[in-house]
Amino acid sequence: MIEIKNITKTYKTGDVEFQALNNMSFTINDGEFVAIMGPSGSGKSTLMHTLGALDSPTSGTYLLDGKDVSTLSDDELANIRRDKIGFVFQAFNLLPRTTVLRNVMLPLVYAGVHGTEREERAKKALLDAGMDEDHFHHMSNQISGGQIQRVAIARALVNNPSLILADEPTGNLDSKTGEVVMGTFQKLNKELGRTIILITHEQDIAEHADRILFIKDGELIQDTSNHKKRIIKL
Amino acid sequence: MKLKDILSETYGSLSANKARSMLTMLGIVIGIASVIAMVSIGNGAKASIQSSIEGLGSNLLTILPGVVQPGRGIVSSGRGSAQTLKNTDIEILKALDGVAAVSPEDARRFQIVASGNNTNTTVTGVTPDYAGVRNLNIAEGSFISDANVRSTGRQAVLGATVATDLFPDQDPFGKTIRINKINFTVIGILTAKGGAGFSGPDDMIFVPLSTMQKILSGDDYLSTIAVSVSDKNNMSEVKELATNALLDKHRVTEADFSIISQEDILGTLSTVIDTFTLFLAAIASISLLVGGIGIMNMMLTTVTERTKEIGLRKAIGAKKSDINMQFLSEAVVLTFIGGFIGIVLGWLICFVVTSTGIVKTQVSLSSVLLAFGVSAAIGIIFGYYPARRAGMLNPIDALRYE
Repeated sequence: MIEIKNITKTYKTGDVEFQALNNMSFTINDGEFVAIMGPSGSGKSTLMHTLGALDSPTSGTYLLDGKDVSTLSDDELANIRRDKIGFVFQAFNLLPRTTVLRNVMLPLVYAGVHGTEREERAKKALLDAGMDEDHFHHMSNQISGGQIQRVAIARALVNNPSLILADEPTGNLDSKTGEVVMGTFQKLNKELGRTIILITHEQDIAEHADRILFIKDGELIQDTSNHKKRIIKL
Repeated sequence: MKLKDILSETYGSLSANKARSMLTMLGIVIGIASVIAMVSIGNGAKASIQSSIEGLGSNLLTILPGVVQPGRGIVSSGRGSAQTLKNTDIEILKALDGVAAVSPEDARRFQIVASGNNTNTTVTGVTPDYAGVRNLNIAEGSFISDANVRSTGRQAVLGATVATDLFPDQDPFGKTIRINKINFTVIGILTAKGGAGFSGPDDMIFVPLSTMQKILSGDDYLSTIAVSVSDKNNMSEVKELATNALLDKHRVTEADFSIISQEDILGTLSTVIDTFTLFLAAIASISLLVGGIGIMNMMLTTVTERTKEIGLRKAIGAKKSDINMQFLSEAVVLTFIGGFIGIVLGWLICFVVTSTGIVKTQVSLSSVLLAFGVSAAIGIIFGYYPARRAGMLNPIDALRYE
C-alpha cells in the first residue's frame, strides 16, 4: 500500500525556488492499476522519482507498505528500490551488449540471490512478461523495441516488488507494439495481482488503467475511476 | 554482491571494449616489464662484479706486520717492514675454524739477470697454497711444490710480465735466471692476470719460501700472511679469531700486525651497484606511473560513457558501494592482468639479455612479488577516484544524462 501525505518538493536554482510538488496526498492500494497523467512540467517526473524512492520529498511523508520512505539515506533508498520497486523506463532500459537473461537477473545480483534460483526466477519473470524462451540468450541490442519493454517488465517483476513503476513505457513504441506492452501490464495486474503505476501524458494510454490521477502544476486536480477501461486481449 | 558476480560484470565491461582495455593495459605491461628487467639486469651486474672481485680473492684476509693506524697513517717504519710475523704464526692460523688455506709470503726486491737481460723486481717466497689463495693460473709448467719448499730448492716461477721482460724472444721454461747472484731454474710461467693494482703477480717471481728465508734474505720473518676463509659470510668472525690467536701468540695486548679484509672493498662496491639498480628501477617506475595515469584516464572516460548504465543499475537497487566495487574491480583487474603480462615480458627480456651474453641477469622472486603488489596498488589508487565518482552519481541525473 502506498500512502502519500502532504508531499512537497521544492527545487532551488540560485535564488529562484520552484515548487514541483505542492501539498499532494493520495493512497494507492495493493493490486491497483493506476495511471498518473499530466502535461509536461506538471510534476509527473518528480512524483515518479519520489514514488520510486530515487529522491526524497522536501516535506510530507511517503509510506510504502507502512514504512516511511521519505527520510531514508541513499543506501536505504537503494534497498527499498531493490526489494520493493520495479522500474520500466521509456528508453535505455537494458544494459547494452548483455543477454536478455542477464539483464533480468541483474536485480537479483544486487539482492544476493545466487545460482540456479537466480536463473529460474529470471526465466519465470520473462515468461510472465510474455517473452519466448528462444530469445533468452539474445543480446539486448538484437531484439525489437516491444521485446525490450517486455524484458524490462520482466526485470521489474523478478524480485517480487510491491510496486511496478512505469515511466512512459510506450513513448518510444508504435501504437500497435504499445498496445501489446499495455496488454502485458494488464495481464500482470489481473492475473498476478501486481500493483502498477503508469506515468504518461497520453490520454489513450492512461485509459488502460483502472484509476487515473490527473496532475497539474504540482497539484492533484482529479482522482477518478476509469469506467471506460480499454482491455487488450493478448 | 559476491566476488563472482563482480568479476563477471567486470569481464563483461572490459571485453565490451577490447581495444581500449588492451591499450590501457599496455601501459602497465611496459612499466612492470621494465622494472623487472632493470632490477634483474642490476642484480646480474652486481653478481658478475662480485664474482670478478671474488676472482681476486674476496674471501681473503691479508695479515701485515706492523700497525695501520687510522687517522695517523702507517707507523714510521712503513707497512711490511716491521718484523713481527714469523713462520710459527702459520700453524696457529691454520688451526683456526673457518680457515680454508694459509699462504705465508716473504717478498723483497732483487736484481735479476737472465741471458743478458737485467731487471729489478719483487721476488716472493711462497708455499704451494699461494696459487690457490691468490687465484693464480699456470700457463706453462708447474707452481712451487711442497718438495721444492722442503728441499730449499732453487726453482722459480715467473709472472707473465717478468717472463717477457727477461726472455723477450724465447720460451723461459727450463732456463736459468740469477737472483742475487744465485742460479734458479724456471719451472713455470703464470698466465697474465691483468690490472690487480699495486704489486700484482704479473710482475713477480716466485721461489720456495724456505729458499727465500734461508738463502736470499737470511731471516725467518714474513712480509704477508694471506688467509683464505672457507665461507665468505664468516669473514668478520675469522678476522676476530685470527686477531686473538696472534695476540696470544705474540704475547702482546696491542696488535703488532694488521688484518685487512677485502670484504670491506666488496661492501662498498655492492652499495654502489645497489644505488645504481635503484636508480634504474626508479626510472622504470616512472613508466609505471604513466601507465597508472592511463588507467585512471580510461576509467574516467568509462564512467562518463556509462553514466546512464550507472543510473539504471542504481534504479534497480545497486548501492553506492556496489557501483564503487564494480568500477574499482575493473581497474584492478586491468592492472593485474597487465602486471602478469609485464612479469612474463620482463622475464623474456632478461632471458634475451642473458642469452646475448652481455650480463647474466637474475630475476628475483622479490622483484616479481613487488611488481605484482605495485600493479595491484596502482589499480586501487588510480581506480579509486573514478570508481568513487561513479558511486556518487545521483540516479536521477544519471538516468537523464545525454
